[in-house]
Amino acid sequence: MKSFLTLIGRDLRLSIKHRADTIMVAGFFAITVILFPFGIGPEPGVLERVGAGILWVTALLACLLSLDHLFSDDEHDGTLDLLLTAPVAPTTVVAAKITAHWLTTGLPLTLLAPILGVALQMPSESTAPMILALLIGTPTLSLIGAVGAALTLGARRRGVLLPLVILPLYIPVLIFGVGAIDTSGMGFDAGGLFAVLGGFLLMAAALCPWAAAVALRLASE
Amino acid sequence: MHAFANPTRFLKLATAIQPWAIGLCILCFAVGIPMALVFSPPDYQQGETVRIMYVHVPSAWMGLFAYGVMAAGSASYLIWRHPVANMIAKASAPIGAMFTALCLLTGMLWGEPMWGTPWVWDARLTSMLVLFFLYLGYMALGDAFDSPEQGDKAAAILALVGSVNLPIIKFSVDWWNSLHQPSIFSMAGVSVDTAMLAPLFLMVGAFQFYYVVVVFMRVRAQVLAAKVRAARLMRAA
Repeated sequence: MKSFLTLIGRDLRLSIKHRADTIMVAGFFAITVILFPFGIGPEPGVLERVGAGILWVTALLACLLSLDHLFSDDEHDGTLDLLLTAPVAPTTVVAAKITAHWLTTGLPLTLLAPILGVALQMPSESTAPMILALLIGTPTLSLIGAVGAALTLGARRRGVLLPLVILPLYIPVLIFGVGAIDTSGMGFDAGGLFAVLGGFLLMAAALCPWAAAVALRLASE
Repeated sequence: MHAFANPTRFLKLATAIQPWAIGLCILCFAVGIPMALVFSPPDYQQGETVRIMYVHVPSAWMGLFAYGVMAAGSASYLIWRHPVANMIAKASAPIGAMFTALCLLTGMLWGEPMWGTPWVWDARLTSMLVLFFLYLGYMALGDAFDSPEQGDKAAAILALVGSVNLPIIKFSVDWWNSLHQPSIFSMAGVSVDTAMLAPLFLMVGAFQFYYVVVVFMRVRAQVLAAKVRAARLMRAA
């Protein structure tokens, strides 16, 4: 546990040092969301209807962008090999990196979403469900994304490969995330949809660190 | 199973099975296609379009089956370093992807007159589309590394991660209210008459034997390619 927290602390300190990365991901998220009112047209009815979907899809893409350097920075300077040979379980290393990744991308995106929701003219009733859905859903994105980032480590044309590998696995989160926001925005009970999102999170938390650790070990062989 | 980790021994077995598989495949197609397309009765609701089912259901089944083989082969490759299992997994991917695409296409052709739309975003169709993308991701990841072995291992892990999708596809029509027809095979028995079931089974058999034939052909090609590569390296060294 101590090494887990130490590793998170290390990654957080690194990301404060390279804070441009986090700011760029948040900036990408904001700018891409703001493109949609121009593309679709600013009529309130239309934007209100598609707002949740726009936020989720853009959050997926922003997360995808940040995954590129989740392991590759540590791989380039040799830290990854040291971490994997250290007397810490590789799953702990991976879990710590995933947690730090969520704290530096998923969490800022979640905090940014309500503001962008206003830009998309989403009803104020859907603000709380939106934050909740993103809070439960974005850690799943980091977890699944870590598997993809570990699998594609050292691959050619990684930028194209990563979306092809990860996005299909993101689709369930997208479906239930958008469903949860829309259903509660219309005033219905969305407890079941949130529960499914939570189920995805638990399943991903159980399987993904392990799969990513195996992939990293194979990549560093 | 480990006896067949030796590619040469496996190829010997494959060569012995191959003519039988080819024969049974041709036989099933020769009897199944006329039965399915001409002699079986039209459906009382769907009319003649029901005949699309004789291609659609077997290709859906083969899409799932090939992924199952791919996942099992990948698992035995990762656990026991079973080389032939990996070759079978790699050989299954393009076949499974084609069957999945065929399933989606025939489904769209049938949906246009029957549902009034070729595509709806419900659980069964969406999860089948995800399966198709998983196949593409598997093949792309396997080819993306300079060292083929690293690509094989990465793709094998992806195949296992993606196998989460298989039960979702199978049970999607039971778990969600789907526009898609529920399964004709259930605990309560079979909900289709024998006159339709017989050609359906023949077509499933034909597709299944076709798969066996093509997998063996592709594995043979992989073994030969590996031998050619080894021989070239020997000459270069």
